[in-house]
Amino acid sequence: MTFRKTLGTIALGVALALPALADENPAIEQRQGQFKLFVHNFGLMGGMAQGRMDYDADMAQTAADNLFHLTRHDQSRLWPEGTDSMSVDGTRANPAIWDNLDDFVMKFTALQDAAVNLQEVAGDGLDEMRAGFGPVGQACQACHEDYRDEAS
Amino acid sequence: MRKLLIGVAILGVVIGAALWVISAPRPMESAALASLTGDPAAGEAVYHAAGCASCHIGPEREADPTILSGGREFASDFGTFVAPNISPDPDHGIGNWSAEQFINAVMRGVSPEGAHYYPAFPYGSYIRADPQDIADLYAYMMTLPADATPSQPHDLRFPFNIRRSVGLWKAMFLREDWVVTGSLSAEEERGRYLSEALSHCAECHTPRNALGGLDHGRWFLGAPNPSGTGRIPPIAGDDFDWTAFDISAYLESGLTPDFDVVGGSMAQVVRSLQRLDKSELDAIAAYILRAGQ
Repeated sequence: MTFRKTLGTIALGVALALPALADENPAIEQRQGQFKLFVHNFGLMGGMAQGRMDYDADMAQTAADNLFHLTRHDQSRLWPEGTDSMSVDGTRANPAIWDNLDDFVMKFTALQDAAVNLQEVAGDGLDEMRAGFGPVGQACQACHEDYRDEAS
Repeated sequence: MRKLLIGVAILGVVIGAALWVISAPRPMESAALASLTGDPAAGEAVYHAAGCASCHIGPEREADPTILSGGREFASDFGTFVAPNISPDPDHGIGNWSAEQFINAVMRGVSPEGAHYYPAFPYGSYIRADPQDIADLYAYMMTLPADATPSQPHDLRFPFNIRRSVGLWKAMFLREDWVVTGSLSAEEERGRYLSEALSHCAECHTPRNALGGLDHGRWFLGAPNPSGTGRIPPIAGDDFDWTAFDISAYLESGLTPDFDVVGGSMAQVVRSLQRLDKSELDAIAAYILRAGQ
């Protein structure tokens, strides 16, 4: 084997072994940004629900409105094939998402529905907001449980 | 030469016999267990604290947490474990077991037939439990619905597929004493009991050595996910800065202090623990912070 051929073989081997470095799909960071904005609003209401801060009807309502709109963001370009945790680094999206897309969509729809309910009650008082807040967390958990890997 | 061969053969037999003796299953003293009477009402809290449902419910996420049909798979470095049926079904579950057989299974990892269970079943934690609690647990579990799903065999690599080898693992790693010692408040002691004996936090949050024994020197410092990708996060050390309020709120709600929502195998743990009294979760929180000091 010539030196050049050896180099070529090594390079090919590295390229095959490290597909993650070959191309990073911007959709991964973009969908992670979406989840950060979910938490930005969900967390404010969570802080009130847990008594970490005083309940404020206007702030809670604004956060719930935001969450409603954020969960309406069209998802179709955020989850391209090949952006799962087995294919690339930097994501915790389990490949099972793409094996069970119908279930994944159903779980996201459940989050949308819970966000509608929370929006209706978030400004009505602490207990009312809490009652709407819990099911949103449950919707998050349902998906995290099946489709989100442990952090590395 | 012949003498040498005979010597080696004798040595081999002696070592083999010693290993055979060391690896023998060791159930508990029968007399100590015979006097226990289980209280099913008290056993319900033990059931949630011990997290039986986390592994033994059916494979579906929405599976009923009181039907312990088994069937969940846990891939590991040693092969794939399949949680067995431990519902009260007499043929496919544990309906025919006596309380004593159940306590020996849970607290010593010894089956009614006298064989070793693999330590994927966390008897290495349950060994520290109060036998009365496990008798209560037995009484409670016998009230749960029976399910006739047959248990599936594990799929393990050699030599881990030789059950007797588990006896050597037990001889090396099975310990009854507490890991966190020293002066503890009553609440921290209660939390230690819940965590080290029942809820078995360390089984995932503490790293293991090459033979699968918990590394007590790195208690709660996080570890590779035993059955999947990524890491189980630390709950002690420099990378863990939660307060007691944070920990207790997380175990109650599944919400981190940053309002991320629990996922993965911890979701099932939260689902069990959130059924306990809040004071029990506060005790676990106090203990975890004490363990990290």
